[in-house]
Amino acid sequence: MNPAENPNKKRLRRSMMFLNAQKPGLIKDPYVYGPDSIMLDLEDAVAVKEKDAARFSLYHALQEIDYRGVERVVRINGLDSDLWEEDILCSVAGGCDSIRIPKTETGEDVKKVEAVVEEAEKRFGREPGSVLIMAALESAKGVLNALEICTASPRLFGIALSGGDYTKDLQTSITGTGVELMGARQHMIIAARAAGVQCFDTVWTNLNDMEGFRKDVETIKMMGFDGKSIINPRQIPIVHDIYTPSQKEIIFAEKVVREIDEKSAQGIGVFTVDGKMIDIAFYDGAKRTLMLARAAGKYKGDL
Amino acid sequence: MEILKPAVAGTLESSDCMVTVEPGQGKVNLDLDSSVMRQFGPQIKKVIAETLARLDVTDVNIRVVDKGALDCTIKARVEAAVYRSNDIRKDIPWGGAIK
Repeated sequence: MNPAENPNKKRLRRSMMFLNAQKPGLIKDPYVYGPDSIMLDLEDAVAVKEKDAARFSLYHALQEIDYRGVERVVRINGLDSDLWEEDILCSVAGGCDSIRIPKTETGEDVKKVEAVVEEAEKRFGREPGSVLIMAALESAKGVLNALEICTASPRLFGIALSGGDYTKDLQTSITGTGVELMGARQHMIIAARAAGVQCFDTVWTNLNDMEGFRKDVETIKMMGFDGKSIINPRQIPIVHDIYTPSQKEIIFAEKVVREIDEKSAQGIGVFTVDGKMIDIAFYDGAKRTLMLARAAGKYKGDL
Repeated sequence: MEILKPAVAGTLESSDCMVTVEPGQGKVNLDLDSSVMRQFGPQIKKVIAETLARLDVTDVNIRVVDKGALDCTIKARVEAAVYRSNDIRKDIPWGGAIK
């Protein structure tokens, strides 16, 4: 398979939930909460002396637990460690869907991971091109190199902001207002869209402030982000709710898709739907609205 | 594999198990303590025996304190303890002896 055509590259990823790969109680049944993706963490959540044990747990969990269609991403250790290559071998052998690279700074970082993933696919008999990559940007340098990172590999499906480390690098901290993240968020979503990949926002760590979390998710949705990294199942329904189109939006999107299909067959390029000017530029957005609606169980049509 | 020195893996948290291995006296000697012994004791013993066999461990004193771990966790903890007893943390035979 050409990794650029891997259908999973564009899959729905509204909620991507971090889980400590070392904790059996956490990784045995996280699908019950309904996240779009889980990110099994071998990096920060796992103590240095437990890195080896975490891999055995991860391998068997990937092999034996039925995650019911939830995407299984593995966050490997940083490329500055002597752990990341074995992390990839274990993950690919186990059957993971994707690898998340932490602290990505350059396109070269992505290419290094790509090379080991490719080798691991061959060694363990996985279909070539089936394992995808995402890159977490956690520094000023990484954020500024977003476009280079986004275009470094056909396996790369998206980039994610990691706000804690990034704000430290900026010499500020997470304030809850989002001011400190504005530039990175705007830059990353533009770079991701220019490269045709997805873009994910950082975690919200204050579980006592769910109203702040809701506002944060509303902001990144407005900015164009595909989804958010999360740390607790309680955050999932809020993200999914915000990413669920209203009934009005669904009906309009359905009309737009139908009309564009019909009119373009008749050779008409621009026309109106409910008094709004519509042309082919609206097609992908309307399709995306229907995809989000379908994921939320609000749309049963076949468009 | 030979058990070169005592090693431990796992925790006593719920859904986990703690595995301790030590050099044995010529055979596999298992000491199992499980919170679900009556219902799952035979199955847990079977998973431990199969895992040791895949790793070619024939001489070990192994103690397992189980807190309701899934089979995949029991396997993982046994393997981690055995590899630790050999100080091996890399080039693990994923999909081979580990499966």
